[in-house]
Amino acid sequence: MTRKPRGRDQRSPLASIGLHATLLTATTIALFPVVWVFLASLKPQDAIQSSEIRLFDHPTLENYRRVLFETSFPSWFLNSVVVAFFTMVIGISMSATAGYALSRFNFPGKRSVMWLFLITQMFPVAILIVPIYTIMANLGLIDTKASLVIAYCSVAVPFCTWMLRGYFDTIPAELDDAAALDGLGPFKTFWYVVLPLARPGLAVTAFYTFLTAWGEVAYAIAFILSDKNLTLGAGLQQFVPRFNPQWDLLTAGAVLIMLPASLVFYFAQKHLVAGLTAGGTKG
Amino acid sequence: MSASSAAGPGVTPGPVRRGRLRRTLDRHWYAWAMVAPTIFVLGALVLYPLVRGVLQSFTNLTETNQRAEVCSKTLGGAQSCTPNPDRWHWVGLHNYTDLLTGERGHFWLLLGNTVVWTVACVLLHYLIGLGLAVVLNRNFRGRSLYRVLLIVPWAVPAFVSAFAWKFLFNPKFGLINSILVNLGLDPVEWFNHRWTAMFAAVATNVWLGVPFMMVAILGGLQSIPSELYEAAEMDGTSPWQRFRHVTLPGLRPVSSTVILLGTIWTFNMFPIIYFVTGGQPAGETEILVTGSYRAAFEGLRNYSLAATYGVLILALLVVYAAAYRRALKSKGEVW
Repeated sequence: MTRKPRGRDQRSPLASIGLHATLLTATTIALFPVVWVFLASLKPQDAIQSSEIRLFDHPTLENYRRVLFETSFPSWFLNSVVVAFFTMVIGISMSATAGYALSRFNFPGKRSVMWLFLITQMFPVAILIVPIYTIMANLGLIDTKASLVIAYCSVAVPFCTWMLRGYFDTIPAELDDAAALDGLGPFKTFWYVVLPLARPGLAVTAFYTFLTAWGEVAYAIAFILSDKNLTLGAGLQQFVPRFNPQWDLLTAGAVLIMLPASLVFYFAQKHLVAGLTAGGTKG
Repeated sequence: MSASSAAGPGVTPGPVRRGRLRRTLDRHWYAWAMVAPTIFVLGALVLYPLVRGVLQSFTNLTETNQRAEVCSKTLGGAQSCTPNPDRWHWVGLHNYTDLLTGERGHFWLLLGNTVVWTVACVLLHYLIGLGLAVVLNRNFRGRSLYRVLLIVPWAVPAFVSAFAWKFLFNPKFGLINSILVNLGLDPVEWFNHRWTAMFAAVATNVWLGVPFMMVAILGGLQSIPSELYEAAEMDGTSPWQRFRHVTLPGLRPVSSTVILLGTIWTFNMFPIIYFVTGGQPAGETEILVTGSYRAAFEGLRNYSLAATYGVLILALLVVYAAAYRRALKSKGEVW
């Protein structure tokens, strides 16, 4: 976050200073919580809980060692990876064809299907969680990763459909017509022509679904009972009970969770928003 | 959905009908076959649970009365089961009247909190996001670096940022109180008062949600043709006039989408309230979603009451979305 040289010719120096001051403030606010948690994760327990502001205080990797070797954190991490991965694969493969159909064909009932997908976005965790919980209990799936994957698909499928439809809209329909002239049916056109072109869109949607499942907590806390089956969101909570929270473990764990997510996010973010808004703006 | 996509042949052929009718029939069939699997999944995972949830809200189902039979071990080790005398039963609108009259739960308190929470968050998300997007849309050096750095909060999972901010707002050693003390102010017991606790939660969620708004609006800004600005400049308009009459109307489609989505997401935002305030003090900062969750999974698990909350939340959102859509339509938006 270095200070930038003053702006270009068309701006007065004062406006330039204002511009950069605004952005520097915003950037500081955006980064600081993350930086602060990172710095805290390097401090020993008593230094974390001191009221003095110190950037560094006997930096050590002890917190990380304890999180990785003395808690169930690694297995929570693995559980989250498994759950998020399956949610992502199922979500994408289910919704790609639907997104394509909604993008290309005008068929009776299309508007209601679109509405259905939008309305399911509105479904609060509150209304689905109890019935899904009782269904899972009847199926004997409580405390399994499968229950979480199934529950997350209720969010992922409509979301992926909505997003992928936006991407397919950006692929010229003339390509489909050309393929049809060559004698390809709709399914083949989809598979051989459109799907390869939509690869970036698929990747971003997949990635976003992964992150959503990665960050989900409500279902995870309700459905999973045993420590070894917890996912990160529910597991991390155990570090900070109302009394005697272990901030040393929590900060180190938080950094370990943020790191991989941010890395992938960095590479995907450019395409992300286009997809998110395209679904909505081209009604 | 009967026609699964695997059942390819066998639907259309038959006597060949030429012309447009047949082509559209073909297309509709394909379209439906492509949409069918998703509809099926949604039916099983969303609609069926939804119906169950609505039905549950008319019962007095709890953790203890859900069993159809009570089983007890006899001396020999076998089990004897008798029908549960206290089994759940239909109570009609009882849950709704209880909730809406304040007999049980704190519906109106939670609704008030939810409205304050949603309006504050979405307003701040949008205004800050718009401001930053307008600034970033200019041409200056370092712009893409700023852009990447400003997006960072978006990459942080919600529960992580909830814990991070809970850490910052810690009354004893949190950074925010330390800063206040260094500025010569009194430290604040953030989670001992309703509005300071709410403030902490809103601050967290605003931090988390601004990047999405910013990037979405930035995308919208870049799709406004620059000729419009040039023409407006020719007419001798001030920057403010250009902002009001070119930028804002040009942003309409993006704005209407992100505000609707943002409202729905914030209304249902579970982890921030649950982890940052945890309802402190004494449940005064609970919102509807967390209240419903606590009814279902904390203490005596009252599934029917939680379902009732859920139905009311959904009803509120559907009414909101429909009103919103109508408002857009009356302004000539196609959306």
